[in-house]
Amino acid sequence: MEPFLSLSNVSKHYAGVTALKQVDFEINPGEIHCLVGENGSGKSTLIKIISGTVHPDPGAEIKIAGEVVHGAQAIDAIHKGIQIIYQDLSLFPNLTVAENIALSQVVASRSHVVRWKTLDRIAREAMARIKVHLPLDALVGEISLAEQQLVAICRAFTSDVRLLIMDEPTASLTRKEVDALLSVVQEMQARDIATIFVSHKLDEVLRVADRVTVLRDGHKVGTYPSGELNDEKLTQLMTGKTVTYVPYTPPQSPETQEPVLEVRDLSKRGYFKNVSFQLYPGEIVGLTGLLGSGRTELALALFGVHQPDSGETLFKGRPVRFRSILEAMRNGLGYVPEDRLTQGLVMNQAVGKNITLTILDSLRNSAKLLDPRKVQESIQRWVKDLAIKVPSVESPVQTLSGGNQQRVVLAKWIATNPKVLILDGPTIGIDIAAKFAIHEIIRELAHRGLAILLISDEIPEVLQNTNRLLVMHKGYVAGEFVSSQTSVKDVQELIDHQDQ
Amino acid sequence: MTIKTSNAGVTVIKKLFSRHETFVFLAIVIFGLIITVVNPDFLTLENVFDLLKSYALMGTFAVGMLFVLISGGIDISFTAIATITGYVIAVLLLQNGEQLNIVSVFAIAGGVGVLLGIINALIIYYFNIPSIITTIATLNIYYGLLTVISKGKWLYGFPAWFGQYTQMYVFKFTAANGTSYGLSVITAFWFVLMLIAWFVLRYTVLGRSIYAMGGNSASAKRAGFNLLRLNLFVYGFMGLMAGFGSVIQALLVQTVAPNSLVGKELDVVAAVVLGGASLTGGTGSVLGTFLGVVLIAIMGNGLTLMRVPAFWYKVVIGTVILISVGASAYRRKVSARRRTIIEVE
Ligand SMILES: Nc1ncnc2c1ncn2[C@@H]1O[C@H](COP(=O)(O)OP(=O)(O)OP(=O)(O)O)[C@@H](O)[C@H]1O
Ligand SMILES: [Mg+2]
Repeated sequence: MEPFLSLSNVSKHYAGVTALKQVDFEINPGEIHCLVGENGSGKSTLIKIISGTVHPDPGAEIKIAGEVVHGAQAIDAIHKGIQIIYQDLSLFPNLTVAENIALSQVVASRSHVVRWKTLDRIAREAMARIKVHLPLDALVGEISLAEQQLVAICRAFTSDVRLLIMDEPTASLTRKEVDALLSVVQEMQARDIATIFVSHKLDEVLRVADRVTVLRDGHKVGTYPSGELNDEKLTQLMTGKTVTYVPYTPPQSPETQEPVLEVRDLSKRGYFKNVSFQLYPGEIVGLTGLLGSGRTELALALFGVHQPDSGETLFKGRPVRFRSILEAMRNGLGYVPEDRLTQGLVMNQAVGKNITLTILDSLRNSAKLLDPRKVQESIQRWVKDLAIKVPSVESPVQTLSGGNQQRVVLAKWIATNPKVLILDGPTIGIDIAAKFAIHEIIRELAHRGLAILLISDEIPEVLQNTNRLLVMHKGYVAGEFVSSQTSVKDVQELIDHQDQ
Repeated sequence: MTIKTSNAGVTVIKKLFSRHETFVFLAIVIFGLIITVVNPDFLTLENVFDLLKSYALMGTFAVGMLFVLISGGIDISFTAIATITGYVIAVLLLQNGEQLNIVSVFAIAGGVGVLLGIINALIIYYFNIPSIITTIATLNIYYGLLTVISKGKWLYGFPAWFGQYTQMYVFKFTAANGTSYGLSVITAFWFVLMLIAWFVLRYTVLGRSIYAMGGNSASAKRAGFNLLRLNLFVYGFMGLMAGFGSVIQALLVQTVAPNSLVGKELDVVAAVVLGGASLTGGTGSVLGTFLGVVLIAIMGNGLTLMRVPAFWYKVVIGTVILISVGASAYRRKVSARRRTIIEVE
């Protein structure tokens, strides 16, 4: 069979970095081909080259449907039936859901007049294909991140798609939505549509892939039939290392100490109700539950973004009520937000500036001016500590790969030297090795006496890296577990049980 | 668990109050009432038609500005463009005015305007310079060159046929005291422009692409939009409106002067922003822009009728803009918060 798409000898150099080096890649019609690799290994770059938005260094050859293409633009790839779901979604926040889904199709069809009924119809068909339901006339900027991800997916399901490329499409979806998406991907296979799937969730990869191509540092390690792979083998190919987990135990038994954070009967109408728990120094407590169970809202209330209606928060034994983020930060509470792109980073500013943003106060000299030496030292330290891969600390954050951006967010908050750190989905969209590195950082911080609240969808992640686990459901704390004595199944059953 | 994204039984009222235009409209009604109470001369058909005629100029500029703001840019060189096109037609009218007619005058002014607008677009696109910087520069270049060439002379004494349009009406009333008034052809021309703009923005792929580009230009590029062509259109259209505006100005005052327009850029931006467009791009509507111009018009006219000293006018306009922009930012915040409400039983 002739491959639908084949790339040979593709290299891409950015000032200071080699994003791709002499990579060959091909995909057959109807094939599901997964692309895996650590953060910054060049996956997104490869995709942008296929899409025509980034041009490879000279010497590369790109063939689509047997035809060699040169200097193609985005619209050419679209006309050849290539649809892409970008890692950053690439939506239009000011347009409606229906327009976001249908507009690029209307543009590609070269028509000049917009019929709103047609837009609605196209959008409805796309939604039906992956069995989701979204409000057609809501503005995309006003719906949740998970819903936005669904919009981006719907947009790619056009009628004449021949190759669908998904760059981490499942990062913020619930299990149910992921299942629906994967089954559509398999369904499309039957219609001879090829799919390139990028994901850091290796179980997903192994579930759907026909073949897997592994990238490391811009080089191609190899392409393997998925039957020859398992989790461990794949991790090893990606990183060159083997990773194992030991459960986390706090340095001191919690009972012997005062809780650093205690929450009593905290409620906020419409968000969460009667939440009580304690957090001791050196503990890592997990907080899980379905998307929308109130986890994030609870964290935001602790952090002073929302004000709770009733209940009490004790910080180091003292009742507190943080009125603002600044107040919470000054008192030693840190919060790493869920949506790093919009909440955590100033995307067009340098990595160094982003890291020191929260600690400028402590970097001043006796004259109260910023001390450039202190600033540089602190930046260097964090870049090294978190192994952030950047050509220079002066590069804007937006040129970093997704996982490296996440490390910058972490660095920024750890630098404030907090007593309590709330991490909301700290490893969303991060590769296995980086995940492991971040888990190590979290454990190390807790070991030094920091109390950590780890919010995550991934039950294995919270079980492996916490000593206690709270499960939220519809705004309540539905259960509490001791992590070392609990299995993934126990927690899953509790969550599933709540829904009935 | 259900996440409420929109209440099923949204009433018409609720929908209305989620729109910026409604608030501008209410502001117009309130101001209108206050002014009428103080001076009943305000709410007469004569005054209203007069206002619509004299603000057709600002309104025409505002239509062009709306496109630019939606696309995520800004153009403040349009007054200089309009001054140049004004001079071009004035010189032609004085030299061989009898060979020209109103259509050719509009076509020439518009054509020159489009050309100058396209220069803006090319600089912004190819050199990747922010539109505000580019157009500050071209404002100075265009205006500077014109002043050098024209030596600041005023031009007047246009052919008679050019003068008659100020007194031409689509329909006309005659008041008891014998003066007549009605819907001027100039106002009608502005309305037609708005109608076309509304159609383009709402029902053409071009219009929706401009919104998309203003919302997120990187996404627009990836989705296959031709950003160069969109930029050419947007700034070219602004130039066209500037050209048309210069003809309207010449019709209204029958004089072309070098300094009658430059300096009024921000008033036009203010009117469009009042009408709900955002300086960050992606939002704005023709109806809102119309209401924004009307609001500014009645504030200017009303304060005069209420015999408030002229310098208060700026203070009032500034305050109204602050309130308007502040209120819409606040509404956005509230609606963003509302969307994450989770049902807790
Ligand atoms: N516009 C750019 N300018 C400079 N460097 C860039 C640019 N885009 C990407 N890079 C660099 O190229 C490398 C590969 O990045 P890429 O985004 O392809 O990684 P990735 O495999 O998609 O990672 P992730 O899993 O984190 O999304 C990274 O080191 C990144 O910093
Ligand atoms: Mg990527």
